Amino acid sequence: MTGLDLSGLTAGPAQVRGGVRLVPLLRAHPVPDLRLHAELYDAELGVVEFGRHSYTSYIPHGFVADWSGDGTPAAAYGTQLTTDRPDRMRLHFPHRMVRRLDRNRLRFLPLHLASEGYLSLHFGGPVIAWEEWSRRALRNGLSPRAEQAYRGVEVNGLPDALRVFEIHPDQCGVLIYVADALAAAFVLPHPDDYRVLHPSLVQDLYGELIHHYSFHPPVDEFRVQLRESAIRSLDDLRLHAAQQEQTWRHFHDTTLAGGLLDSTYMWERVYRMGRFTLSRFLPPFRPKQDNHIGETITDAKGRVVYLKTFRLAENQVRRGYLLNRLADADWHLGDTADQLGITEDQLGLRLNSAGFGHLLRRDVLDGYRARARRSP
Amino acid sequence: MSVRGDRLAAEDVLLFANASITATGQREFHSGEAHQRLSLGFLHDYVLGNYRDLYTATLALDINDHNAGLIIRRLLESAGEASDAQRRTEGRLIARRLESLPPQRVYRLFRELRTAGVNNRRTRAIIRDWLTTRPDPALDAVKYRNALKLALRHTHLAPPSEEVGAFLFASHRGKRFTTPLLDTWREAHYAKNRLYDLPFTVAEGFAARHGIDRGEFLERIAPRLTRLERLRLQNSARRHGAGSVPMDLERMPLTRLASYVLSLPLDDRARRRTELEEALTAAARRAAGTESGRWGRVTAVLDDSFSSSGSTAKRRRPLAVALASHYLLRALATEYIPLWTSGRADALLNYPYGVTPLGHRIIDALDTGPDRLVLVSDGWDNAPPGLAAEVLRVWRSHLDPDGRVDIVHLNPVYDAGDFEVRRLSAAVPTVGVRDAEDLPALVELAHFATGHTELSELTSYLAARTRGFLEGR
Repeated sequence: MTGLDLSGLTAGPAQVRGGVRLVPLLRAHPVPDLRLHAELYDAELGVVEFGRHSYTSYIPHGFVADWSGDGTPAAAYGTQLTTDRPDRMRLHFPHRMVRRLDRNRLRFLPLHLASEGYLSLHFGGPVIAWEEWSRRALRNGLSPRAEQAYRGVEVNGLPDALRVFEIHPDQCGVLIYVADALAAAFVLPHPDDYRVLHPSLVQDLYGELIHHYSFHPPVDEFRVQLRESAIRSLDDLRLHAAQQEQTWRHFHDTTLAGGLLDSTYMWERVYRMGRFTLSRFLPPFRPKQDNHIGETITDAKGRVVYLKTFRLAENQVRRGYLLNRLADADWHLGDTADQLGITEDQLGLRLNSAGFGHLLRRDVLDGYRARARRSP
Repeated sequence: MSVRGDRLAAEDVLLFANASITATGQREFHSGEAHQRLSLGFLHDYVLGNYRDLYTATLALDINDHNAGLIIRRLLESAGEASDAQRRTEGRLIARRLESLPPQRVYRLFRELRTAGVNNRRTRAIIRDWLTTRPDPALDAVKYRNALKLALRHTHLAPPSEEVGAFLFASHRGKRFTTPLLDTWREAHYAKNRLYDLPFTVAEGFAARHGIDRGEFLERIAPRLTRLERLRLQNSARRHGAGSVPMDLERMPLTRLASYVLSLPLDDRARRRTELEEALTAAARRAAGTESGRWGRVTAVLDDSFSSSGSTAKRRRPLAVALASHYLLRALATEYIPLWTSGRADALLNYPYGVTPLGHRIIDALDTGPDRLVLVSDGWDNAPPGLAAEVLRVWRSHLDPDGRVDIVHLNPVYDAGDFEVRRLSAAVPTVGVRDAEDLPALVELAHFATGHTELSELTSYLAARTRGFLEGR
């Protein structure tokens, strides 16, 4: 369990439009030997087959990562878009979420890697067949498990904010805030990649919370304020301007982005590619706090080269939290309730309201309900 | 009116002047077409309702054709509310303005008046007078056939000549005309070769009807093209392999030329560098006129950030204005330092790119110790936001309280949300700019825009401009 290492990236001045605040992440030294670009699918729906199960989802685009083993700069974007486009109106079947295309190329579906990690959390269901669990829960586990997300174009004001955003010359990433809640982080190895993939942000997935927040009133800009009494010359002016930028950066890193950067995550390695590692991470599922799932590519020193995150909605966090607590107590309802400091009835009802009612035996759940009614 | 009312009026009028210079009711980088139109429409109604005289006087300023049309239409629509004296001034100003508007704009205005059902005696007189000033009624009849027909039908005026009347309203059945142009039009219906003697826009329709290849058509119609059609068709001609649509860059107005240069690919610009540079410099020198070399040491901060790309309706317009201003200021100044926001130095190879660190550039510019600082920017300062405003404020209040350096902000973009061009700071006057050629006059207007102008000063300025405008400069 470790946090995100965003060293090498500095936050630039934010650009605000309506309720959306976009904070650019700048990289003084781009990573030359890993490049990402988009692979577009015409079909709107994708089905990924793994084993006996299949995974159906909206897939707007995939990312292709190119790396060179010997540290030489990789070729620029665009030249390797060689995969044939599937015919329109046909379902597309990418075989797996991560697939090696060539010796030095890897295709993966952005955010699906991360959401797969979240969806498969304790996917097998109860490990011990306590009698309260329904037969279906014991046989199928949590399957089918589905979560909702919104496309970027449905988030009020986001497409406009991304359209008028002015990209910095050395920008390698962006943090998207909606009503000052961190909605997503996106980091790439090279400014050229960012320039190309910036529009893909409207096709990404955003949580329900962010969709809801996008209807909040506009946020204010953090405008520069200079204390004129301390300024005697143009050099002072320059100095104070630089200080203001420093202040903003500090405020941003500690306050605005704190929820993402201060947290510790559970990591799972997905693929090794040369000196880079593709992994996904899950948050500690603390209710009523920022919880981001995401995927990264890190270099040998563990620094983030690629990052994409998705902010979970509060009920999604609650589900993850309950599942973790159940798993800790070997899916025993009484023990879990003790650990949470509540009664078994309350836990049963909480499971039900979190959308896991079908896991409990019907008569057991009815019993919980009846007792809750009797003792208000 | 009270003193406060006076000041408010002065501000409103300046705000309206800025809007009528920049707003075109088209999509801009930050706002859509509907928003622009709604905002502009409200502003027109507001100013007309509150300050009719000043509203009329705006016609004498260098406002754009779109707003001139809107003002004339609103004045004619509300003719009943004007006093006799007001009507006289309005009538003269409208007639004078119509002379300088391009004919297609005027015909569109007439059509709008018809749709709005405005047909008072004054409107009819204005349309009649304007039609008598047209140099070639036959050309108008061919080129603006429908528009002219509608105008005549709306006002019940007699056609300019009997034959034009027959051309517009009678059925032809192969009858010959004695006027050559009208007869050419008749022949072009069946003779392919005759259409090359018609105006381009009319010939284009016939060419499509006869199925003539576009490249061949452009090559043969080239001698009939107007100056702006020629400029507009350069790229199309190249694409269709029409070799010779020759263009005389030397005679183009400065901002149009800048727009044209920015429409070229970078490779072309680099290859034709001397030709383009010379044309731009010559146009700038022409625009500067007698003011040439009399502005002292000038530093300019020019915005070439991504937002200067404008919109699909106004491609790279803000950048074109900045580029044109660059050449004009070079002609005006004795010593000139340009600072682009992106930090690039080659003006000719510029393209919209990156953020707007306006504040830092202004500090750099003030560091060069100029007599005059000119800022050309859409006013969206974002790296970091608000630094430009603070720098200008501190500079004016602490570092240069006597106003040694004359600072002006020129803004080519109308901000629909604020009903104004976006200001950088209250300490520095902001004026709208449409064509860089108007820059010297705008800098004069900017002195009123500092926020403490008396209405009387402004009224006398406008009266002087009106007199100058009516006497025909």
